[in-house]
This record gives sequence, C-alpha cells and structure tokens, in this order.
Amino acid sequence: MANTSHSPATNGHAGAPVTFLEAIKQAMFEEMQRDPAVVLIGEDVGVYGGAFKTSEGLLQKFGWERVIDTPISESAIIGAACGMSYLGLRPICEMQFIDFIVCAFNQLTNFVAKGHYLWNAPAPIVVRGPSGGGVHGGPFHSANPEMYFVHTPGLKVIYPSTPYDAKGLLKAAVRDNNPVLFFEHKYLYRRVKEALPAEDYTVPIGKAAVRREGKHLTILSYAAMMHNSLEAAEELANQGIEIEVIDLRTLLPLDEETILRSVKKTNRVLVVHEDTRTGGIAGEIAAILCEKAFGDLDGPVFRVTALDTPVPYSPPLEEHFLPNTQKIVAAAKQLAKY
Amino acid sequence: MAVDIVMPQMGESIFEGTITKWLKKPGDKVERDEPLFEISTDKVDAEIPSPSAGVLKEIKVGEGKTVPIQTVVGVIDAAGDGAGAPKAAAPAPAPAKAAPPAAPAKPAVAAPPSAAPRPAAPAPKPAAAAGTTSAPAKEGQRIHSSPLVRRMAKEHGVDLSAVPGTGAGGRVSKQDIEAYIAAGGSLVETEKEIEPAEADVYTQPVATPAAPPPAPRASAPPQAPAPSSGGQAHVAFESAVPREKMYFGNYELQPMSVMRQRIAEHMLASKHVSPHVYSVDEIDMTKVAGLRAKAKDEFEKRYETKLTFMPFFVKAAVAGLRAFPTMNASLDGTNVILHKEINIGMAVALDWGLIVPVIKNADEKNILGIQRNLNDLAERARTKKLKPEEVQESTFSITNPGVFGGLFGLPVISQPNVGILGLGMIEKRPVVINDSIAIRSMCYVSLSYDHRVVDGAIAHKFMHTVKEALENWNEPVL
Repeated sequence: MANTSHSPATNGHAGAPVTFLEAIKQAMFEEMQRDPAVVLIGEDVGVYGGAFKTSEGLLQKFGWERVIDTPISESAIIGAACGMSYLGLRPICEMQFIDFIVCAFNQLTNFVAKGHYLWNAPAPIVVRGPSGGGVHGGPFHSANPEMYFVHTPGLKVIYPSTPYDAKGLLKAAVRDNNPVLFFEHKYLYRRVKEALPAEDYTVPIGKAAVRREGKHLTILSYAAMMHNSLEAAEELANQGIEIEVIDLRTLLPLDEETILRSVKKTNRVLVVHEDTRTGGIAGEIAAILCEKAFGDLDGPVFRVTALDTPVPYSPPLEEHFLPNTQKIVAAAKQLAKY
Repeated sequence: MAVDIVMPQMGESIFEGTITKWLKKPGDKVERDEPLFEISTDKVDAEIPSPSAGVLKEIKVGEGKTVPIQTVVGVIDAAGDGAGAPKAAAPAPAPAKAAPPAAPAKPAVAAPPSAAPRPAAPAPKPAAAAGTTSAPAKEGQRIHSSPLVRRMAKEHGVDLSAVPGTGAGGRVSKQDIEAYIAAGGSLVETEKEIEPAEADVYTQPVATPAAPPPAPRASAPPQAPAPSSGGQAHVAFESAVPREKMYFGNYELQPMSVMRQRIAEHMLASKHVSPHVYSVDEIDMTKVAGLRAKAKDEFEKRYETKLTFMPFFVKAAVAGLRAFPTMNASLDGTNVILHKEINIGMAVALDWGLIVPVIKNADEKNILGIQRNLNDLAERARTKKLKPEEVQESTFSITNPGVFGGLFGLPVISQPNVGILGLGMIEKRPVVINDSIAIRSMCYVSLSYDHRVVDGAIAHKFMHTVKEALENWNEPVL
C-alpha cells in the first residue's frame, strides 16, 4: 500500500519526503504560529505530545495556555472548544482515538453544528483524530464514524489520503469559519510519505481529486482505501481495464461536480470505503447518481465496503471484515463486464 | 382457523393477476377445491379453487383489481360450520350464475392474444437490421440494457432488439451500442425525416389526453382508463379522434377485460411488425366431407369424441409446413428461426374473448390424436382450465371464420408465427369439372403470411400442398 507516487504534489517539491503524521504536525505548528487564536486541546496532547506524537514539541513552542491537556472527557473538550470559539479562539480538538468522538455526539450535533443556523454563532473549531482499522486495534480503536457527522447539516467532514492533502486540508480547516471534523487514517500515519512544498499552502475543502485517469469505470474512494483502489486500478490496467480513481477527500460537502463529470465519461461507478456498508457514503453517492446521472449509467453502482459488524479483534477476522485490493479488483472486474 | 386465499402463480413468467369475478360472497359456505373466484392473467383466464373448506369470511381484493402473485385476496374461516374435519364428499359445482355459459363456443376468426416471448437467439448482424424501428416494449420481450444505453438508443434511433449484447446475461452495454452505431446501425438520419407521430408512436408511452372540454349535453368524458396491468398506456389504446368526440348521446361504458386488452395489444403489434399478405384458394372438400359423414357416428361411438373437419385441415397444414419449413418459422431480428416442432395454434372463440391453445407436435399425431387434443383444449379453454404452457410455443395457427358462416376471412397473424390459415364455410356449390357442372362441397381457405419471411411463390406452393392433401385425402380415420 505504501505507494507514495500518487499525489500530484510529489513531484517538484524539494526536501525529504515526510510522513502523514509529520504533515499533520506541520499543519498545526504552522497554523498556531500564523494565528495566535489557534489553540490545541485534548487528552495527552501537551506533556505526552499526543498518543501518536502528532503534537510533540507544540507545548514547548506555544506554552500551556495554547496546548491544553484535558481530563478524559470528549464532551468537555468539544464543549470547551465551542465556548472558546464563541470568544474568538480557533481551537483544534484532538480525539485520542476518533472512536471516542461519539462521547461528544450531543455537543457536536446539537450545539456546534446548529449554532450558526440558530443564533448566528458559527463555531470555527476543528475536531481531529486517528481513525480507521487495519492495525489490529479492535472494536474501540478502529472506527470510521464519519457518516454520523456527514448526516449532520452544519458540519464539514474531511478524510484525506495523502500527507500533502492532510497538511493542506488541515490548514484550510483551521481557517474555515465552520466546525470541521478531520479524520486521520492511522494506517497511513507512517506508511505514506511525500515531499511537501516549503511555502504555505492549503487544499480547498469540498474538492475531490482525480488520482488516476481512466475510461472504463470510476472508483470513488477516500482515506486508506484510496491507496487500495489505486493498486487495484494498476492491476486491472494490465488486463486492459482503465480505471479512473477519484479521491473524495471531503465527504461533506461532497464534490458532486467532479463525481458527475467522471461518471459522464466512464458510465460505471464503484464506491470503495472502509466504513461499514449500511448507511455508508456509497449509498448516498448511489442515490445522487440515480437522481442526477441516471442517463449516464451503464451499470449499477457497486460498493466495496467493510461488513456490517463492529471491527473484529482477531487479525484474520479483521482482514475478512475490511475491504482490500483483491476485493476491489473482483468488484471492478464484475462491473467492467456487466 | 383463518386460511388466507392467495393470488396463485399461473405459470413461471406470471407476476400478477386480475380478479375478474368472485363466485362467493362473504358469509357463503365453500368446500375445499370449490371454485372461489376467477382470475385473468396475461396468459390465461382461470377459476381458482378454494384452498380450504369453511366460510368465506372476507374479500380483501375486489373484482377488477390487479395484484401481485401471493397477495392475500381473501380469508376463509376454516372453523366455520362443519369445516373442522375434511369432508369426503365431492366438491360441489360452481353456482350456475357464476359459471361461464355452457353453450359451446366455436373457433372464431382473429389471431390469439398469446404473448410473443423472445427466445435467446444468435444475435443478428448489426448492419442488416437498418430499416426497422423500435417495436413496442412488451412483457417477455424486455431487452436488458442500462439507462445510458437506452438514452443512446433514443438519440441514435437504434432498435435495441437488434443490438447484440455481450454484457452479463446478454445485456446490451455501452460498448455494444457504440460498436453497433460505429457499424452503421444508427437510424438517426432517416428517423429525423419521419413525422413525430409515426416515429414516436411505438417508443413513447401515450400521454394522457388533456382534459377535454365539457360536452354540451352530457357531463365531461370520464377519466381515460388505464390498462389493467403494466401501468403505462399502450399504444393499442390510443384514439384516432379526440376523446370528447366519442362521448355523445346516451352510452354505457364497458371496461375492457384483461384478455380484451391483451388481444388489442397483440393485434396491433402483429400488424405493426408483420407486413401481411393474403392469398385465398378454393378447396374441394367433397372427398373429406364424404369420409367424415360416413365415419363420424362410428368415430364418436368408438372414441367418445366428435369428429369435425378440423383435424383434416390440421393434417393438411402439417403436410404444407413439412414441405415448406419457412412457413413454420419465427423472425428474430435478421434471423429466421425454423422450428423443428410443428405446433398448431387453434383459435377458440369464447363468450368473453378469444384464446389460442396449441396442439403440440401435430405432425406426430393421427386424426384421432389431433381431434382428442383439440376437443380437450377447446373444452378447457371454455372452462378456464388451460395452463399457460398450453397457449405458448405455437409455430403456425389456424382459425375458422367459416363456422360462423363466413365465406372466408383474412386473419391477423398470431405472433411469433409467420402464417395463419383462415378456413371459410364449407358449402355445396356448383363447379365445373371436365366441362360439366357438378355439385361439390367447396371451401375458401385463406393464408395470411408475413412477407418479411415468406414470398408469394412459397405461400402459393404451400397452399397448393394443403389443397392437394385435402382433395386427395387417403388416410383412414377409424
């Protein structure tokens, strides 16, 4: 999976390739340096430097007033951040594992997401944390809870797949005046590397990226599965099936324009996500395609997703549970000859 | 104990049925297997026996309603009066008022309402199919494609049934239609010159007419009726004049039965796809009439079934079909399917419509076999006991307008056949034989044939073979 050659940013940027983790750390560092209103709040983000060391060194650089360790209460972290944002700060909240974000579900869905609509009080906060499976983390440390929040109007939801995007999108999230949830797939933390621009840059929220051009079918994916999708596309290219791979990058708002443009070209769509099947973004995309591109479809919208169960503890079971390159290849072949 | 009454599945491709009549009222006692209600499906009409003895407690689906198979249409209270133990008594016959009139109907002119299933056949070559337009989409003829392919077909004027499908299960994919268009299969140039009314009439659902202006005397015409099944208005129910012009004076509205609707659709489809040509021959039936007159009493005594002229005509048609296999055929795109079986569809007139049961493998049967088969099918057609497979897979058909006194008729081809024989009345007429006038039993026999497949030469040779067989009959009947 650790193929780092897919990002458009790879070529032309000087310097040593950096990991996804490093890209996150750079983004936070640069944003805190750029804007004194930006603060980091979470469990073990200060003294310990974060469970995955994404905030290592930030406390030393910016001090305890801007790098805040909290008790184990996600609800308190989000609630406090929401209040801070009303007073002019731009907090970044870290969930030690994104699984625990649901402890703050009420804060996020009832207050943070609605404030702008109800009393013109936008909450410019970022909630970020390590997500996803494939690292044998078991049912409480492997979640992909993005769809709870994609279903919540008022939030933005980002799920990047490359270090370049991770950095550029996190910086864009910090600067955005809306609450933004930022999912970091932990499988990618140390496995993908790429060289980043030396200068300040952001990646626009709400824009998908075409990672590979093709004409026979389109794979829509994001996060870790984007890399598996590219591997599958590579494998099938040898069999004469040219696959267009689109990295959604932002799930809310969804870049319908890029999706529809690709479907107009290839007429067949496979959606791949690591999230469980029922209620996943694939279903939403299928519905959008039915409504807006019915006459462009030359086959049903296929899905490759995780099974509808919690993430298993057992490594063999987890392997069975998760999508992988071979499952994507099989589905793509079936769709190509449908 | 309540027992559900469900809409049965009458044949594999049947997914819904229409209740045409309830033979019992709620509160009526029914025996197990006693006819309970009548249904009409795309293929057959049938009486449905009660699943249990008891009392009809509730009717959930009323007459005229179309429901999917396995839908609960009513409930029987099996605990009702004396129903606890199964009765040994034979089921009572249906009440007289509910049963169809017993007067034997006779075979009538016109072609059958059987659907024309599209068999999986070798794909025709694209280029040769130019010149056809889309046939009306029908059940059993559905072409698997995709929204994109259908859109492309419309844009390029492509008849999808002519496009070879290479996708899963023979589906027509984007690549298939692109290849077809590239090979010159598109009609888009010529299609544009056709008047919209003509070009679209078979490809677009009939729009519901706008509300007609109020009639001066009567109230406004009623809502345009929708076909009983399928949902979309079929072109067969298009009117040639504005609807309000049809409603004047006193009138009564009679909704078409499902069977009537299917006949209408099939007739129009047949006339649309097959260019009909008609030939009429005069056949001297004297020899056959003499033979039948001599044998019929003994025949009936020996075999307990009546001897009619019909098996003679069937045997003669078989002789013609054997000699000219293109008459025993179907047309799929640019492929002619020459059927190896000779299955003769026989039009049977019913008081409520028309059905065409099929004498299978007619070439393997003698006069007795054909006559028994025929009488059995006709009897069961009139009592709604035909099975769907008994009205399918005909390869040629015969209809008999003569029985109602017609001199001859020009029937519509029963699809997917390419020919149909119409038998005129047999009557004694003066004819010239060896320069003298003789009295002979004469019969006009017509052949309607599909000129796409059959030319006049073959048709007339076929008719000649039929005529020869009948005029020189030498097979014993007893």
